[in-house]
Amino acid sequence: MPLALIKHALGLSRPKRQLPAQKELRSNYDVVIVGGGGHGLAAAYYLAKDWGVTNVAVLEKSWLGGGNTARNTAIVRSNYITPEGVRFYKESMGLFETLSQDLDFNVMYTKRGHLTLAHTDAAMRTMRWRAEVNKHMGVQSELVDDQDVARIEPALNMSRDVRWPILGALHHPVGATARHDAVAWGYAQRAAEMGVEIHQGTEVTGFELSGGKIVSVQTTRGKVGCGKVLQAVAGMSSKVAGMAGVTLPIRTIPLQACVSQPLKPFLDTIIVSGSLHCYIWQSQRGECVMGGAVDPYPLQAPRSTLDFKEGLMAHMLELIPGLADAPLMRQWAGLADMTPDFSPVMGKTSLENHYIDAGWGTWGFKATPVCGKRMAECVATEKVPDILSAFRFDRFKTFDQVGEAGAASVGS
Amino acid sequence: MKIMNCPLNGPRNISEFAYGGEVKPTPAPEAPSQDWADYVYYHANQPGILREWWLHVPTSYWFIAERDVTTDRIIATFKPEEVLR
Repeated sequence: MPLALIKHALGLSRPKRQLPAQKELRSNYDVVIVGGGGHGLAAAYYLAKDWGVTNVAVLEKSWLGGGNTARNTAIVRSNYITPEGVRFYKESMGLFETLSQDLDFNVMYTKRGHLTLAHTDAAMRTMRWRAEVNKHMGVQSELVDDQDVARIEPALNMSRDVRWPILGALHHPVGATARHDAVAWGYAQRAAEMGVEIHQGTEVTGFELSGGKIVSVQTTRGKVGCGKVLQAVAGMSSKVAGMAGVTLPIRTIPLQACVSQPLKPFLDTIIVSGSLHCYIWQSQRGECVMGGAVDPYPLQAPRSTLDFKEGLMAHMLELIPGLADAPLMRQWAGLADMTPDFSPVMGKTSLENHYIDAGWGTWGFKATPVCGKRMAECVATEKVPDILSAFRFDRFKTFDQVGEAGAASVGS
Repeated sequence: MKIMNCPLNGPRNISEFAYGGEVKPTPAPEAPSQDWADYVYYHANQPGILREWWLHVPTSYWFIAERDVTTDRIIATFKPEEVLR
């Protein structure tokens, strides 16, 4: 538990929620981070904390964590299918475990257990594969049968008299959720305390290049010189990279989600069905947070559609029939950077001082701490850490994909 | 329901169509694999009006659509031979 919570409970302190007042932009920064979401703020925090780099500006076109950080569905897990992916997300979960203490800011990290349901023999084989890869990498994960599923999550409809009966599942007992906004706010506060400047309402409109380097960043509040540039702008990655003349292996596709009205607690675990393209968990407020696959074609704007809700609910009601009478309270979409191999793109680009953190299709939030930490290392040392090397942005040019489609679950 | 006008079959529900990627010049078969990687994996993916390949799935008919990918408005659809000469 974060110490600040205890102090506050005892009346010894009041929680400080404010960032320092926004200053004028300076003429030059060692590192300019484009994007004030979870990833950008985490990178700023670790740059300052681990590497002592504090002459840093985070430029955010709207407000902190107001983009895709606010639009994800807050699930944290590491049961992927490729060794590279499992290793990466395992480190992220390790950081999440102690994040509230490290930041002294409650991010509401809550272990719930995570079930990826299988409705076909093929899905059972994939779950077996994932379980073995996970175990090999030291991640708690096992294939369970239908009786175990019924025991682990009694709320599920285990009837055989449905179109897609539940045959078994990949059980990931350490699967968790965290408050996504709090993750961004916690990183922002601690980074700001160490001297990082966070500039909200500051949109990047272009880059000035010279000799294969970015020499300055043009913004709606003027031009700033930069030693290095890290872009972490999920959803707008191609647009921002395009300003620097860099083309990415990304298509931007909306990913929709919704929540029901608050219900009494009935669902303990996070339920995902890759075959049915739907997932659900119940928040601390009792709302059922639900989502599904990305939209069928690219679009650069978040919008919600009736088609999506109809498709999602058709399957959801088979899993949990009791939801039929629950009204939906809110619906929204985020923008997913989909790469051809369903894995992120991180590290240096073809420009000497341009670093990228992109390709966060349907898996970005759970990577926030590890990505911030390792991207900060990459920027500070100018070397790509081992754990990121498989995700380099030019891997497609050499056909070295990291095929993660089997574990993105509801990726497409 | 969103409607797209198929140049062969007329207006149909968008659910009958599959997206096929941005229209860009195809490399020659003997082009270096780098060029093919660029063609297959790298996309402009910019906001604004783009030309894209679409497939009418029931009839396997490929055509080209001009779509505003910021507003999701389909501006026009063409038979491929009208665009690619």
